[in-house]
Formats: sequence, C-alpha cells, structure tokens
Amino acid sequence: MPAPADILLQVRDLRTWFLTDAGPVRAVDGVSFDLRAGETLGIVGESGSGKSVCAKSIMRLLDEPARIVGGSILFQGRDLANLDEAAIRSVRGREIAMVFQDPMTSLNPVLRIARQLVEAMTAHGRFTPKAARLRAIDLLRRMGVGAPERAINSYPHQFSGGMRQRVMLSMGFSNEPALLIADEPTTALDVTIQAQILELLRELNHDFGTAVILISHDLGVIANVCQRILVMYAGEVVEEGPPEELLSDPRHPYTWALLHAAPRIDATATDRRLATIDGQPPDPRAWPDGCRFRARCPFAIAQCADHPALLPINDTRASRCWVTQQGGTLRPPERAHPAPTMAIADARQPLLEVTDLHKHFVLPKDGYFTPARVLRAVDGVSLTVHRGETVGLVGESGCGKSTLARLVTRLHAPTAGKIVFDGIDISQARQSDIRPLRRRMQMIFQDPYASLNPRMSVGEILAGPLLLHRIVDSRSAASGRVGELLDLVGLPATAAGRFPHEFSGGQRQRISIARALAVGPDLVVADEPISALDVNIQAQIINLMVDLQERLGLTYLFIAHDLAVVRHVCDRIIVLYLGKVMEIARAADLFTRPLHPYTSTLIAAAPVPDPRIERTRRHVPMKGEPPSAVNPPSGCRFRTRCPIAQPRCTVEEPVLQPGVAGQMVACHFPGAL
Amino acid sequence: MIRYVFSRLATSIVLVLLATLVVFLIANTIPGDPALAALGDEQASDPAAVSAFRALYGLDKPLWEQYWRFLQRLAHGDFGRSISSRRAVMADIIDYAPATIELATIAFLLSLLIGLPLGIIAAVRRDSWVDHLARAVALIGVSAPTFWLAFIMLAIFYGYLGWAPGTGRLDPIAFAPDRITGMLLIDTIILGDWETFRDAAAHLVLPSIVLASATIGLITRTTRAAMLEALSQDYVRVARAKGLLARVVITGHALPNAMLPVVTLGGLAYANLLTGAVMTETVFSWPGLGRYTFRSAVSVDFPAIMAITTIVAAVFVLVNFLVDLSYAMLDPRVVKK
Repeated sequence: MPAPADILLQVRDLRTWFLTDAGPVRAVDGVSFDLRAGETLGIVGESGSGKSVCAKSIMRLLDEPARIVGGSILFQGRDLANLDEAAIRSVRGREIAMVFQDPMTSLNPVLRIARQLVEAMTAHGRFTPKAARLRAIDLLRRMGVGAPERAINSYPHQFSGGMRQRVMLSMGFSNEPALLIADEPTTALDVTIQAQILELLRELNHDFGTAVILISHDLGVIANVCQRILVMYAGEVVEEGPPEELLSDPRHPYTWALLHAAPRIDATATDRRLATIDGQPPDPRAWPDGCRFRARCPFAIAQCADHPALLPINDTRASRCWVTQQGGTLRPPERAHPAPTMAIADARQPLLEVTDLHKHFVLPKDGYFTPARVLRAVDGVSLTVHRGETVGLVGESGCGKSTLARLVTRLHAPTAGKIVFDGIDISQARQSDIRPLRRRMQMIFQDPYASLNPRMSVGEILAGPLLLHRIVDSRSAASGRVGELLDLVGLPATAAGRFPHEFSGGQRQRISIARALAVGPDLVVADEPISALDVNIQAQIINLMVDLQERLGLTYLFIAHDLAVVRHVCDRIIVLYLGKVMEIARAADLFTRPLHPYTSTLIAAAPVPDPRIERTRRHVPMKGEPPSAVNPPSGCRFRTRCPIAQPRCTVEEPVLQPGVAGQMVACHFPGAL
Repeated sequence: MIRYVFSRLATSIVLVLLATLVVFLIANTIPGDPALAALGDEQASDPAAVSAFRALYGLDKPLWEQYWRFLQRLAHGDFGRSISSRRAVMADIIDYAPATIELATIAFLLSLLIGLPLGIIAAVRRDSWVDHLARAVALIGVSAPTFWLAFIMLAIFYGYLGWAPGTGRLDPIAFAPDRITGMLLIDTIILGDWETFRDAAAHLVLPSIVLASATIGLITRTTRAAMLEALSQDYVRVARAKGLLARVVITGHALPNAMLPVVTLGGLAYANLLTGAVMTETVFSWPGLGRYTFRSAVSVDFPAIMAITTIVAAVFVLVNFLVDLSYAMLDPRVVKK
C-alpha cells in the first residue's frame, strides 16, 4: 500500500445510490481506493458496474436522483463528498478535470472553441482572458491540433471526433489539475485515433505529472496506460493490482471472465467460440447476499454465500474472492466444443459477387450557383463471398463499409457496378424483383435499441417477416415458428409476449438475429452487430452466430471496426479505406503477414490486454485522420497517412493484385512495412 | 454568410409571388360575383350597370391579364380600389394596419417577457412550484377560447372592478393625436402627449393579454421543453465540470441552444398575432386589419382580399426570412463554410 504522504485521493466506503420511487438503486456500494499523486489508475467493468457513477461522485456531477449516501472522498485534505456547491466548484476544472466519452456531444455546438477553452481558465480567476487565449493556443498545439491559431476560432462541428477529443484534453489540462478523470475517452473513436489519444494521455501524465483515472470497458486500453487497475462489479471493487500481474494471473473470477471473453488480436486459438459466463449482472435494487458474482461464477464454493471482503493478496494486489483467498487457482477455461471444421468446402461456390461497385452520394449544394459536391462512399469495390464463408469488412468510420453492406442487400441502389447474388444480377433490379430475394439475404444492425420497433411485441416483430413472405399462412402457425426462433437464439418462449424495452442490449441483439433468421436466409449481412455490447455479451453473441452458422449453413458478411473480433470470426478479411479495397486475405495470413501498410497500422493500433506482450509488439505510428471522401488524395488514397509513401504513390494509383499466396493487395510496395 | 442571406432572400421573393398567384386563382374560382355583391339587387338586375362595373374594375379581361395588371400595380404599391369602401385599398390598409401592428407587437413582447423566463425557470427548477405554475399557465393559455377569455376579462376588469378602460383604442371623449405612424404609443411619445399615451397604453392592456394568452402558453411550453433538452446534454455536464457558476452554465451554455426551437416558434407566433387578431379586435372594437379582413371577406371585396392575403403572405415570408437569419446567427452549423 502506498505511503500516506503522497496520497492525492482517498476514497473510503463510497456509496452512491439512485433514490428512485421504486427504491434505492445501489449503483456504487462501498468503494474504497487510494490514488497517489501522478499515478495512473484504470477502472474497468461492464455497463452498470458503477465505474462512471464513481467518477461522477468524485466530481460531484451526479444527476438527480443520484446521491452520495455514505463514505468519504478525501482530496488534498478535504472531503469532496461534503463540500458545499461553491467549494466543489473551485475544485472542478481547477484541481480535478474530467474528459467524457463522446467528443461529438461534449462541446457546445453554438460556441466557438476559443470561448469554451478560455472560460475554463478564467472561471477560476487564474488567467486573464488574453493570457487564457494564448495558453489555449499553446495547449491545442501541444495536443496535436494543426494550425491552432486558426483552429481556436472554429466551431466544434468543423472538427472530427479525434480532434474534438484533443480539444477536450486541452480543456482538461488548462488549469494544470492534480487529477484528470477520463471516462471512456476513446470508446467513440476509431482504433487508429484511439492509439493516438492514448499515447497523448501517457505523455501528458509524464510531462505534467497529473494523476489520471482512466475508465474503460476495454482491458486493452486500460492495460497500456495504467499503473494500477481496479476491476468493478455490481457496485464494488472486486480486484485491484498492477496490470502485469492482474491480467496474466487474475485472482477474481470476474476479471478472469472478462479477460477470456474478449477476443484478442494476438490470439492463436483456432476455435471461434469465446469463453463466456452465463447470465446477467444482478439487479442493483437488490444485490444478492454473499458474493455478488456467485450466480455466474464457475468456481463458486459453499463459502461464497457469505459476502467476501476485499483482502490483500500481496503488497500491491487485493481481491474479493473466497476461492483465491484460500489459495485456489482460476484455471483457464476449457473449450466446450472441439475446434470446428468449417464447411467452407461446397466447391467454393460464390453466393455473392460484386464487381467494380460504386456508390456516390450527391451532397446538398451550398448555394444556387455552386457545383454539387459528390461523396464517393464506395468507389470501385470488387469482392466475392462464397457459400458458408464468413467474410469480414474492416476499416475506419467513413471508409464505406456500411454503405457497401446496404448496397449488396440493395437497401441502396448502386451508382455503377454489378452485384450478383446466387447467379442473379440484382444491381439494377427493381424493388419488386428484389423483394422475393429478401428471404435469402437479411441484415443485422448495430444498435439493438434503434433497430427494433418499440411498439411491436417480440412475437409481432418475428412473425412479421414470416407472414410477409408467406412462409406461414396463419397467425397461429407463425406463433409456433416464433417459439422455435426464440429457442434458436437462446431466449425463452415467453419473450414473444414482451416488448423490446423489457430486454437488455444483448437480448435485443438476439431478437435481431432471430428476426433475420426467421425467413431462412442464405446470406446474413451483419453491420457491427456487437460493437454496442459489453465484452461478455459480445462473446455470447459471437458464439451464437458461430453456432447458427454451423447449424444452418449460413454465409456471413461481417462488418466491424474491431480487428480482434474480425480475426476471431472471419475466414477472409477485406480491408477498406476511403471507399476502396486495400487488401483481401485469409484471416490468419492477414494478421501474421499484412501486406498493405494500412493493414499493418490498423493491427498495430489495436491494444492487447497484456502490457508485457504490448511492449514487444511493433508500433507503427499512424499519422493524422482519414481525408475526406469528397476530395480523396491523388494516386494511392492512403499515401497521406502512409509511413512508407514514395513519390510514385502520389501520381499512380495502385491496383488490387495478387501478392504472396493469393493475398490481394493494392500497394506499390506490398509488405515493405 | 452574405451568400446565405441573398439565397434566402431570393427564395422569399419567389415564395411571395407564388402566394399571390395562388390567392389570385382561388379568389377567381370561388363562387360569388363581386359585381352582384357590390351593386345591390336593383342595379345588379341591369346588365349595362353590371358590365360597366366589370369594365371599371377590369373584371372583363382574361384571367392572366387581370393577374398581370395586379402584379404591375403591386409593384407600385397599388392594390386597386376596394369594391365596398370605394377607396384605394392601400389607403384602407394604411388606416387599419397600425392599430393591429401595435396590438400584435405589444402582445408579442408580453409573450416573450412572460413565456421565456417562466419556461427557463420551470426547466431549471423542474417539479418545483414554478414548474407547476408554468404548466398551468401554458395549459390555460393554449386551451382557453379567445372570445371567452376576452368577455371574461372585460366583465371582470372593466365591468366589475373598473380597473381597465373599455373597448376601443382611446377613451371616447379623448382626442386622437395627430397621425404620424398611426401607432398611438409611438405618436404620443413623439408629440410628448403623455396623457393620451397613458390612455392608449391602458386601452392596450386587456386586448394584448387576451391576444397573447395562447402565445404565452406556447412559448412557455417550448422554452421549457427546449431548456430541459439542452440541460440534459453532455456539453452542459462538461460546462459544470469546468467549475463554471450555475448561472453561466444555464445562460451561457444551455440557453443559446434552447433558443433555436423558440426562435422558430416565436417567428410564427408573431406572424400569427399580426394576421390572426380577428376575434380579439372584434370583441374589443379594435379598428385593425382583422376587422377589415372580416368585412372584406363578407362582401367578397376582391381587391381588398387579395391585398390582405398578399400582405399576410409577405408577413409570413418576411418573418420566416428573419427567423432563418437569426437561426444562422445562433447556430453556426446552419451556414456551412
């Protein structure tokens, strides 16, 4: 335990409850930890674990009806939990600053960046407006914002998400606070931008000596920035320790479960299924007696009926688990299924063939006389998906992967090019001709909250496509089939009578999958189907999709920004950049031997939840942000961010051609990085 | 920004022209012959008198020519002669419009003065007594019928309590000031005639409250909803996390965002007040455009109807143009670089 002298923050038995009409929701329920000056502490846990509420309690930024009902937050000799409003205001932004998850909504859209930065400094009377402005420009430059003198006069909408997060960090550091709390600061960003922001955070901690509390659901993010990790579950800290030890030798089954549920970019296992734990986190209105993880714990013993305390394991580690406190070990999970033999065989029969596909969106004009601008979202893509195969589409936001998904299912009409589905050219087909084909190709969408009609019961949602395509001819026959579908995705038959809002995110995604499968499709296009879900739920959905593929012989076009997930589930992977294909390769080849520099940088940017491995991995710096698809760079589109770009790349566009072992790559210097 | 202003202005002019065309066509297709309506039974039975009347007002010309003449005269501010009053329509409008503009403007200012603060405080102190009051005011204002409210107000404050003066713009025995703008409050200030100013102001109290009642309700409701929305945004939490004063967070961060829907509604509300005061003007014997409109409609007075409709269209287009401009000033995202 750290010496008391250099302790900056001491949280003791913090209890923050939401006092609702239906009784108290005990979101944070007895959290204690220390933070030394200049230390970086990571807090990890799934949604509802209390990690964000914990951070807001420290800043006293709780919204109604949340209250701090017990405990203390000692910071520089004062108990923040008991400060009056004026006193806590002098701490906020000056002594403790906070950076939030979504940079797109964290800046006020109607105020200039300058005003938002300057007021953060002048509010505490430490700077005159003039001095604050000069300092703001310096800070923006330090955070990597180009041309800060001009940028400071911009409005937030003129900035990308990554740039806005740099502005938020400038704001956070403007008063040189002793502590910065970053709540999921990179969750809304692309993996390449995430790597840049995390690197910046490490540098700032080093240069300014500011202590950092980094909150994330992603162990990879936490592991590479933090000196110490707290794992939260059901409103409590369940494990604490330095990342090297905690991640290689977890001493709480929940940490163990998190670690094994997350697919890893450096994975070697051939099994597509991930180790998951059953069930859901307990209800925060009535935490169970005893260990709160007991109901889901594969290691539970009789003693777990008593509530365990957070006890030290050694000088730096502590755990809240009876099993490990008694010297028990948490053995690695056994794979329940043997490695699947994927039935890709099928004579490599193509199910979907796309040739030189284009989709151009005409943007609204600025004025009556200006020429219309064209966004080339998909700009000449060719690909083939074979029967029974899982093909992954990866790339940063704006690369055209979602547009491509909507083109192949003909939700969009292509501007040019050919789409052949099972021998039928559907590129110019009318909607009435496509409709019968919809039975055979279905989509699963990213947001399970927006993609299910809230006014329809689950039974109606699933019966709709059955009746529409006349797969069944009566409502009673439909309800029988609905029961089968629910069973297929692991939901009880009683779910049919309930409405979407009664389900969790993971359960809703199961309903989405059931809806897609209702009509018995051949091809399922899944657009980021798991990115809105918690790690363990992600693993459950992946396992479900893998199971269904084996049972029903499905073909997947799987769109994701998370490379580790794609590596895990896909046979072949297509890397997109600004509407063009950069590389196509078998999953294993792509990760062991990326030929395109863009693929290499993407892989390097994805963090591995093990600091020791991370130190040995290659780090390829990814410059800047993706250019606009309205005005793509000449020659190779990636050249403006490419570490090995040559003069040739500016003038000559590389064509997609076979490289090593049938791997397709569009680069003048394949494999040079 | 300048390009934005001009493109909005061009759109506005096209809209007004389209509106006049629509009005013209509708007025010409409805049943009801203005000649028969204006001449009276005896003269209307004389075909010579009818055709003379038609020739005088150009009603015998083809439709497109009538419209073209209408547009030409419109360019000179000439709406033709009113069939019922036999005067230039423009002269009628100059007589009647100031009373309405004065009443509508006072009612609009009243709506803003009450609706905005009430809505803001109701949102900031959600579920407090202010919030309940705001909701009650909004409900009553929106749902109480104008004629009912007008009679009740007159009965209580004029008839029973005697606190307010009766109907009309001035006391019957008072002399109207020399006409400068036709708006009594402004004219009396210019002339320094404070006694008449007080009289005119007193006469405005009841009708402007009645006219404003629905608008107060709408603005309170919209402001409250927009403020609640703005206060729940991430940037407001960020502003609090900077350690700003609560007052600065509310007025500096939430309010500018909350104003966007309120400006849209406010513009439409002002246009409605200017053009929709028929009921209030009738009950309060207010010599304004509302009553003029009503009279012209009943007597199928084509030139007057078209003039009024053109003005109404122009008012709405102008107000929307101003709303667009203030929107562009409030929200930088509207005008792209």
